[in-house]
Amino acid sequence: MDDFFIAWRNVWRNPRRSILTMLAVAFSAMLLVFMLSFQFGSYEDMINASVKLNTGHLQVQANGYIDKKEMRKVVPDPGAVIAALEKLPGITGISPRGEAFALASGAGRTRGVMVMGVDPDREKGVSILPGQIRKGEYLKKGDHNVAVIGTLLAQRLHVGIGDELTLLGQARDGSVAATIVTIKGIYRAGIDAFDRSTLQMPFIDFDEVFAMEGAAHSVVVAADRLRTAGRIGKTARALPALAGLSVLGWEELMPGLKQSIQMDLVSGIIMYLILIIVVAFSILNTFLMAIFERTREFGVLMAIGTRPGRLVRMMLTESMLMTSMGLGLGILLGAGITLFFSVYGIDLGGAGEMLAEFGIEGRLYPRLSFISLFSGPLLVLVITFFTALYPALRIPGLKLVEALRAV
Amino acid sequence: MYTQLAWRNIWRNPRRTLIILTAIFIGVASMIFLASLMRGMMEGMVDNAIDNLTGHIRIRHPDFRNDPSVENRIPDPDSLIKEIKPLLPGGARIVERILVDGVINTSRENAGVIMVGIEPEKEKNCSFIGDAPLEGQFFSDDDKNGIVIGRALLEKLGTRINRKVVLMSQRADGEIASRAFRIRGVYRSQMSDTEKTFVFVPLHTARKMLMLGEDATEIGITLPGDRMADTDLSPLTESLSERLTDRVVVVEDWRQMLPAMNAYLEMFDAFLYIWYLVVFVAMGFGIVNTVLMAVYERMREFGLLKALGMRPIRIFWMVLRETLFLLAVGMGMGNLVALVGIHLLSGTGIDLTAFAKGVEMWGISRVILPVVTAGDFLTANLTVLILGLVVGIYPAIKAARFTPVETMRHV
Repeated sequence: MDDFFIAWRNVWRNPRRSILTMLAVAFSAMLLVFMLSFQFGSYEDMINASVKLNTGHLQVQANGYIDKKEMRKVVPDPGAVIAALEKLPGITGISPRGEAFALASGAGRTRGVMVMGVDPDREKGVSILPGQIRKGEYLKKGDHNVAVIGTLLAQRLHVGIGDELTLLGQARDGSVAATIVTIKGIYRAGIDAFDRSTLQMPFIDFDEVFAMEGAAHSVVVAADRLRTAGRIGKTARALPALAGLSVLGWEELMPGLKQSIQMDLVSGIIMYLILIIVVAFSILNTFLMAIFERTREFGVLMAIGTRPGRLVRMMLTESMLMTSMGLGLGILLGAGITLFFSVYGIDLGGAGEMLAEFGIEGRLYPRLSFISLFSGPLLVLVITFFTALYPALRIPGLKLVEALRAV
Repeated sequence: MYTQLAWRNIWRNPRRTLIILTAIFIGVASMIFLASLMRGMMEGMVDNAIDNLTGHIRIRHPDFRNDPSVENRIPDPDSLIKEIKPLLPGGARIVERILVDGVINTSRENAGVIMVGIEPEKEKNCSFIGDAPLEGQFFSDDDKNGIVIGRALLEKLGTRINRKVVLMSQRADGEIASRAFRIRGVYRSQMSDTEKTFVFVPLHTARKMLMLGEDATEIGITLPGDRMADTDLSPLTESLSERLTDRVVVVEDWRQMLPAMNAYLEMFDAFLYIWYLVVFVAMGFGIVNTVLMAVYERMREFGLLKALGMRPIRIFWMVLRETLFLLAVGMGMGNLVALVGIHLLSGTGIDLTAFAKGVEMWGISRVILPVVTAGDFLTANLTVLILGLVVGIYPAIKAARFTPVETMRHV
């Protein structure tokens, strides 16, 4: 225990040097906390944007539907699937959907659109879209021959509330599917690609127009948290009502997103490692100097009987004390900056527009989490420990007589 | 003489010097290396976007962007091309195209596509389709109903070369036109989304089908030369716009067509320089500490020099020179290693196929080749040099201030 106090006092024998070392560690820790919070915050934002708008946390589909969206690949009894899933904990919404491609003709313009048949009541539980209506109203139970479309699509088709759209497509059995719908509401989805190309109509109408015979293309499930979705997926797969069907999580529904996140993470880690190594070399000199200056002192201590091992431990304690204080400071500063920006956000300017296409707003909000707060500093701690080890391990190698004679 | 002294002073403690040199060298090398990789990625992104039929400069009807229908087309494109040809640099390629939304149908499937009426010969060296790997062949000049689609679309529709498809789109008079085509060829591109979206038909067939006479919806211009990501095309677009003021068209370069990407590129520059600063600060602590330690070790020496009459300012410069040498050697090694690394990598580049879908999402190429710009290189080195000297001032001042009396007492 006394060794601890001696180590502490040794640290402050050369205040300037120790402070510089601590600042170096603090700087890298602070940066890591901030950057990791930033990265993880944006990942979560990107995932949530898509999940909350359209994909949901999980989807139950026919096998192979995700790879090739054929009209024939259906979930034959969505009612049974929903009933089975309702019993599982942690689920906040379940909704069946049908999807078909069709030509939509408005007053003089025609475009291809993705027609979605949704359950007006249930859809609110899995998607924020019903809340994104800007003009008119969302679909209600009992509605017939109406539809809601995206703002950008309405612009392209030159239509507004109350106008009619003719839909022409292919039904499940290969026959022609045709209908006329009146536009009841216009939404702003937030993801431009979605906004430009989708149209939602009541599931009952969709079923009739596209000859679905009560089947759906997917059953969308919303969980209360992103993290629990995986577990729920596993349980769901085992349910008998879901035999012969696939249960897909957001990673499979949006593989592009998952891989971009991985890519970003990998490149981030490489950069951070380089940074930490530079810092490590920077402070290596400090640790070395601390030993070489005191060679005589070590010589005397060993001459009076202190074991080299004890000295090594003391040196390591000194180094780790400096590092820990630096880390503590860094974590505090990093957390402070992160919290500040998590409230006010960081304005990305024009680049925000590019991200808006993916549903992220122009301001990015870093998010503090256990991982972002501690994983960076932990890495710094480990690397600094090894940096401190090298000089400390030279102590046992000191030859007593020479050490005593050192200046 | 002072230079010699400074140089020798550094090497009085080789281990210490080597350690800080390693910090500087790793820092500088990583700055340049990472910058080159990221720039390579950016260039790839820009190239992909430009290649993807955006071209370097595009001339369209002003309303086409918000309302991409054949109503908003360019009448008499041939004469327009004749007018602007003299304004363009030699080697520029000009093409007429018709781009419309449509739906492609087979007996089993249908899909939304963008129908592109082109003259295949003219597209060579102009856009990706001119040079894309092709199974089968393009349509010849007198082919009236040939179509070329992407491999991903072929698979999605479950069809084969030589089979028929039906294309539907909206004509100039507002009615839906539909026409049967035979698949002559299948192309491949960098991104499967491109393959699923663009289908190519002969320009004259598109004109007939959509009742467009001799019109086109756009005129695309591809300019010779690389490093397009850095070139400013606005003088050229302005001169073209001036020439065409009596026509209802708008001339845009790729930066105007893709403002989001443009902003992203600019943000990227800022990000890179901030990163440089960050790496430097990490190094900076080490540099200050090391030089400081070296100075304190030689306290007596400085005191003695002063006692012998050396003026403080010279001591200051001598110590600063030591810092300079540390920086110079570190930077030299760092630059060398970075350049060697980049050279080695410029053969094969970094393969991102493992992240293929993610890469597609952002429009980056699958293989990243490093790109070194003089700007990045210079900025990295200057940052380290100037900031390094700035932090070196502190120990140098300390050294110059030692008085003989206070130092003589030290060991």
